[in-house]
This record gives sequence, structure tokens and C-alpha cells, in this order.
Amino acid sequence: MKQPAKNRFSAKKAARFGLLVALALIFSYAESQIPPFFAVPGMKIGLTNVVVLTALYKMGSGPAMGVNLLRIFLVGLLFGNPFSVVYSLSGGMLSTVVMILLRKSGRFRLITVSVAGGVFHNVGQIAAAAVIMQTAQLGWYMVVLWFTGMLTGALIGVLGYEMVRRLPDALFE
Amino acid sequence: MKKRGMDVLLVAALVLAGVGMAVLLWPREPGEAVQVRVDGTVTAEYPLSASLRTRIEGVGGYNELVIEDGSARLEEADCPDRICVRTGRIRQKGQSIICLPHKVVIEIVGAAPSPAPDVTGR
Repeated sequence: MKQPAKNRFSAKKAARFGLLVALALIFSYAESQIPPFFAVPGMKIGLTNVVVLTALYKMGSGPAMGVNLLRIFLVGLLFGNPFSVVYSLSGGMLSTVVMILLRKSGRFRLITVSVAGGVFHNVGQIAAAAVIMQTAQLGWYMVVLWFTGMLTGALIGVLGYEMVRRLPDALFE
Repeated sequence: MKKRGMDVLLVAALVLAGVGMAVLLWPREPGEAVQVRVDGTVTAEYPLSASLRTRIEGVGGYNELVIEDGSARLEEADCPDRICVRTGRIRQKGQSIICLPHKVVIEIVGAAPSPAPDVTGR
């Protein structure tokens, strides 16, 4: 897993990493501009996860986590508030950790990894809401967002699979 | 293909867990009263049979609670996302409407409290 020291801080790597963070940031912003016309409040497509999946499969666990963390703080700083950062952080970290572990196990396809990521993103957000609101009465949201998480996770998984398949590995070496 | 088998297994487990939660948590009983909580503390409770409109002072803003025809909704709010307003009506025990920005939760509960004094005159 350890990368040679000469590669770790190369300008090429930094540029690529910055590119992915910028892309994730733009996706986050674009998605925030979509009016929530879905029947379920809190349901999101999770476009950003395409970038996280790409980072995960092309660059590894560390960059995937890094891209998502930076994206969350930047979005919070630019468009959000401390509360929105807490929700994103809780959902984003849980989902990224789950996806990293599933990928490391080597037993699951990218789409399945994304489905689990979608579910646990929502689990993390609801857990944060339960703590902040001091209520356990979020069960109904949990059930609905559990399934919408699977659905959007599958959609993003298909997109992410195509991204990872089509982007040449040479771009990330 | 062992790999595919594991995928099916994980997705099946996720679906099963979701269905299990739905069975456990889906609200079935009709509720009797509406409980209002702001920042975790109960601030008011109204019977669902009432017909009233009242203003909830949340953290940093207000939400307007309307109870009529045995259901409750947040009709108006000055929060930025207005998700609480879009949530619509709730009437069954355990259902809730949540305004995250104002830390306001209204929840349908079982036991009916005595009617609040300001309701009697309608």
C-alpha cells in the first residue's frame, strides 16, 4: 500500500488531486442548485461520489478520503454553515470508510461498493441529525433514506464504473 | 463467479435490513396528540382533534404549526430550506416533522393531553 517517497509529494500528484477536489466541489455546488423536487426531503443524487469513487479506484484510499474531506470543508466554507458541515462530514466520512473497507476486501464490484456508500451516507447524516436534534424519532426518514440511498448509490455506481473504466490509468500514475 | 455471489449477498443483506427497519419502525397507530420540541425540550402539546394555528419560536426563527382534520403540518417557516413545510401532513403515531435549522421537532404521540387553554374558543 505504501507509495515510494518520491511519488508522494510530486507536483503531478498534487495537480491531479487538486483537479479531483475541484471537480467534487463543482458537483456539490451543481447538486445544491437542483431544487429538491423529490418526494423525500433530504434525498440527494450524490453526484460527488462519482469523483470519490474515481479517486478510490484510481488513486487509493487516502486520496479518496482526502478529496471528500477537502470538498466538505470547502463547500461548507463557501456555501454552507457549521451545521451543514457536520451533516456532510458525518455522512461523507461514514460512507467513504465503508467504501474503502469494501473495496479493500476485494470481494465486491464497484457498483455494490457505491450502493453501500449511498446507504451509509444517509445513515451517517441521520445519525448526526439524531445527535444534534436529540431525538431518536428519525426512524421513518431512516427507512426511506435507506432505500433511496441504495437507489442513488446504484445510479452513481454505474456512472462511477464507466468513469473508472474509461479514464486511462496513465492519467493517475 | 464467487465475486458476483458476494455482491448479491451484500445487496440482499442491505435490502433485508431496510425491510426489517421498515417493519419495526413504520408508524401504524393513529396518533392522539402533537408534541412540539425545540432544541430537545418539550415546549407544547396539543390534541390532534383540535383545530388551531400557532407560532413555534425555534432557534433563530419561527415555524407555523397548523392542526386541523386530525393532522398536523408546518405551514409556514422562515428557515432557508423549508423542508419542514414540504414534508406535508402527519397524523400517525411516531411520525414527525423536523426543521433542522430551527431545531424544531413536532411529533405525533399517543396520549392526549388536556386541551391547551387557548384552543377552547377556536
